[in-house]
Amino acid sequence: MSDKKNGLVKPEDAEFDYSAGLAKVDADKFADPGIEPHRVRMTDKSVKHEKAAARQVAGLFLFSIASSIFAIWAYFGIKVYSFDLNSIRSNVLFLGLGIAFGMLGIGIGAVHWAKTLMPDAEVSEARHQTRGSEETRAAAIEVINLANEESGFSRRKLIRRSLYGALALFPIPGLVIFRDLGPNPGDSLKHTMWAPGLKLMRDPSGTPIKATDVQVGTVFHVIPEGLAELGQSEATYDEMIAQKSKAAVLLVRVDPAILMEAPERKDWSYQGIVAYSKICTHVGCPVALYEQQTHHLLCPCHQSTFDLADACKVIFGPASRPLPQLPITVDKDGYLIARSDFTEPVGPSFWDRKA
Amino acid sequence: MKQNLKNARRSPWSAIAVILAGLILTGSGFAAATASTSAASESPYTAGQVEQGHKLFLSNCASCHGKNAEGTANGPSLYGVGAASVLFQVETGRMPGAISGPQLEVKPVQFKQPEIDAMAAWVASLAPGPAAPTAAYLAQKGDASRGGQIFRINCAMCHNAVGAGGALTGGKYAPALTNTSAAHIYEAMITGPQNMPVFSNSDLTLADKTDIITYLQAVQTNPSIGGFDLGNLGPVVEGLFMWIFMLGGLVLITMWLGAKSN
Ligand code: FES
Repeated sequence: MSDKKNGLVKPEDAEFDYSAGLAKVDADKFADPGIEPHRVRMTDKSVKHEKAAARQVAGLFLFSIASSIFAIWAYFGIKVYSFDLNSIRSNVLFLGLGIAFGMLGIGIGAVHWAKTLMPDAEVSEARHQTRGSEETRAAAIEVINLANEESGFSRRKLIRRSLYGALALFPIPGLVIFRDLGPNPGDSLKHTMWAPGLKLMRDPSGTPIKATDVQVGTVFHVIPEGLAELGQSEATYDEMIAQKSKAAVLLVRVDPAILMEAPERKDWSYQGIVAYSKICTHVGCPVALYEQQTHHLLCPCHQSTFDLADACKVIFGPASRPLPQLPITVDKDGYLIARSDFTEPVGPSFWDRKA
Repeated sequence: MKQNLKNARRSPWSAIAVILAGLILTGSGFAAATASTSAASESPYTAGQVEQGHKLFLSNCASCHGKNAEGTANGPSLYGVGAASVLFQVETGRMPGAISGPQLEVKPVQFKQPEIDAMAAWVASLAPGPAAPTAAYLAQKGDASRGGQIFRINCAMCHNAVGAGGALTGGKYAPALTNTSAAHIYEAMITGPQNMPVFSNSDLTLADKTDIITYLQAVQTNPSIGGFDLGNLGPVVEGLFMWIFMLGGLVLITMWLGAKSN
């Protein structure tokens, strides 16, 4: 075709051999199917259809106009009262719908217009060369050379080098802010707020629990003594959340006969009352779906199931470790207290957790 | 007119008045309720009811619970389960249980109310246990937002944050609380039916229970501000809706854009 003009040579005219390389030479290529036969639209054949289509397009634009006006009306007309979420919802909903239909009407109208009324003759256009002509390329090089000469970029070493330095340094602040990913949490993942003698308190009221209050089959959601107070002041609220996320405990009383306790944990429970960390050892969701008759504890996130009677061993699901047990006993007034902190880190595995 | 009313309701004085009235009402209501529950240790049932209840028990329940309600391999002992347990199980149709599946289902109620009361009377006469909530207790209004907080800590993991229910292990499930009466909610908390743990009054106080019931009723009547709630079942349902209707809609629009006009 016009290859000659562009300085390109077709393979069959070349003075050297083209190598097929690794490309497979296809013996029977598909024939170029060419352009589909033109199909005449109804709107081209009948004036009635054409008029109808024109009315539809105009109708869509009118619909858009109406919607935009509706949106303006909704903004002013639907009153918003503070603390009345319903009024805010209606206002925002109808304003949004009005704007959306306003835009949609224009879009659909334009597409419908193009599809039904604008010429639809199929045309094919050859791709043009991406390489510029020799003259354009020479002109570009000339400009670059001129710029170099006038700015003295090659000549003025000091400017050039200081510019390189500036360019090298400006991305560094972007890297420095990654420091916010640290500092390392230290051993805060390994300890919780629980300490010897701390009372077990009801969540959220922060009232102590007597052993006699806990009957067989009951579940108490427990936080350590002092945690509820942290939540009362703005200054320590974040601290409360951080501590609660580690120290939350589930307290259950079962028939002592069904408890299978390891000898070294015999004194960790009190007359069938056991306390376990509520933080799933899989990825840390609160495990609190307690089934009284099966004494199963289910984690709602990925269905890990723990057997509360058997030291909260995993009996189903992706968790790999039992829930840590909080050793408890009662004080002289009969209130439940912790014997110590958990004896292992609670929650999911982390990089330097031992086993 | 309507607007004036709205504005009046929004005056700070009306808020204080409402809070005061609420406090006085709950305070006195609570006092009345605690007084009446402590008085309830004397049985509210007549000897005739106990008698009738025993007969009904022998003909309907004894095959599983044993002639003296001592329990068999098929059903637990009823000593100490209290009237509240009987009312909850029988009034919701869970008892008498049909087939033994993972969980007793809600069914059409099998007995008339006086018969249910009679059975409750007999079971309550066996051993002390949780009594039915008094009408005065059920009539009071609690603090819905505090109830919501307690509900989210103690109940929401199984029953969903707005009481839409949820799945448990091995085919069991926590039922939706959307149509549960205040009395049944109370009875379920105090008795711990089936796999639900017990929430005794030393765990959740009477005031806590009132607040929870108020919260559950409030979320039923609260309009859904975000539009369709899709059963309040959470992200899976909402995601599915988006995939099917939103992406489906986009596919249809794209097909229309590419299609030629005829
Ligand atoms: S977080 Fe509990 S199973 Fe995944």
